[in-house]
Amino acid sequence: MVSAFTWLSLDEDVKLKPVNRQREFRIGVVPIPGSQLVGILPLIVTETTATPITVSNVIKQFGRFAALRGVTAEFDAGRFHAILGDNGAGKTTLLRALAGLAHPTSGEISIFGKSPNAACRDLGYMAHPSLLYDEMSGMENLRYFAGLYGIAGDGRCAEVIRAVGLDPELTRGVGQYSQGMRQRMSLARAILQDPKVLLLDEPFSNVDVHSAREMVGLLKGMRDAGKTVFVVTHQALLLDGVADEFVWMQAGQIVDRTATAARASSREELQ
Amino acid sequence: MTGSQKTTGPENSLWAVTVATLRKDIRLEWRSKDALNSMLFFSLLVVVIFVFSFDPLAEESRHIVGGLVWVAFLFAAVVALNQTWARELRNQVLDAYRVSPAPANALFLAKALGNFIFVSVLEALMTPLFVIFYNLRVLGPAWQLIPIAGLGTWALVVNGTFFAAMSLRTRSREIMLPLLLFPISIPAVLGMVAGTTAVLTGDNPAHFYIVLLLTYDVVFTTACLALFETILHAE
Repeated sequence: MVSAFTWLSLDEDVKLKPVNRQREFRIGVVPIPGSQLVGILPLIVTETTATPITVSNVIKQFGRFAALRGVTAEFDAGRFHAILGDNGAGKTTLLRALAGLAHPTSGEISIFGKSPNAACRDLGYMAHPSLLYDEMSGMENLRYFAGLYGIAGDGRCAEVIRAVGLDPELTRGVGQYSQGMRQRMSLARAILQDPKVLLLDEPFSNVDVHSAREMVGLLKGMRDAGKTVFVVTHQALLLDGVADEFVWMQAGQIVDRTATAARASSREELQ
Repeated sequence: MTGSQKTTGPENSLWAVTVATLRKDIRLEWRSKDALNSMLFFSLLVVVIFVFSFDPLAEESRHIVGGLVWVAFLFAAVVALNQTWARELRNQVLDAYRVSPAPANALFLAKALGNFIFVSVLEALMTPLFVIFYNLRVLGPAWQLIPIAGLGTWALVVNGTFFAAMSLRTRSREIMLPLLLFPISIPAVLGMVAGTTAVLTGDNPAHFYIVLLLTYDVVFTTACLALFETILHAE
């Protein structure tokens, strides 16, 4: 009888527009056997998680080399996605495409129903390089980037610097920071505008285990607060029990999506 | 897909971001002094070399110095123009700007204004040296040197900033910039040199050259502003 059900969905939000955690009012319509009439079940209010980020058959070519070869995927909002794979698998290119920095040769990317460039306020991007001016202090850097997002005052800058475990009063240039401190400051810049989606490229590289665990804890807290987190990393085990899914890439394609790092790791070993 | 769909509010408006970026660039230059030191060294070299190459006290020098001054400033400006974008490439900071909702033209305007200030500082420091070394006396209306210098400097930096951004992702951008900049700057350089010589010698009025430079500036500033967003988001 279940197959006889038809679900009519009347969304509170705009129909067919992927939004995070939309509320649905559902009406079950059941055909009455032997007649042209249908029975209507009582109104059901549910809360579902719609797909906020979709990648549709994305190909990205650099000259003759295809870094992404028809990547198609849907990523749920409010979840922690770890992107794994060998060097040259296309992880960074996928992340840059999501950030709007690499324009797909073909295919489409949708973030909350918008193009990555249109959704730039919702995106926090952290690259492998620091994306910071070495000659300026952390606070000076963040003050400048805050201006780009229209964030006035030093309050928010100091808040995010403290959130990543650094001191906003540090006056020396970022170039004189240790690698771990620079990574943290880079993360502070990425979360400055309180984005809904975090795109982090190897945030734990060259960071000691203790600092890396602290950063993982911070990211976990952000996921728990409803942020969608993408982390490109080679340190899958660091995210075991934290990431909601492990997206495995190879030769410009997504070849597997697993729930635990163990499966991904064993697969990595087999490769 | 460009950043044209990006949304800007009053706090990150064109003017606010331009001022913030300009302040940041001046702060970085004040701390490193990379561009100013290189420009000063290069200009000093030109002044000294040409002092020994011909008699600076001769009457003919008045006809030559206009070209000499602008050649020194043009080549020195290229040094500053390369530095402008080099600091945005270090640590890929430019990507942080590209992913932000800040308007692309604010970055261009800030860079052009910053270069204008740096080259103007150079001109202010070097002009007394040119006057002393080449025994210059202005025979025409001296005030006309101000619009010629201002408009000429803007002509150099606006195109230079644009082409420096364009050659950012090329392999040999230091060579690419002069190759792109110098040919397109010929009308402006002619206006600057001829205008300066006209004022120094007092032989001809310089109005035509001032209007030429003003027209050149308006046309190229508009073109650069219209095209910069494409350049910024190019891969």
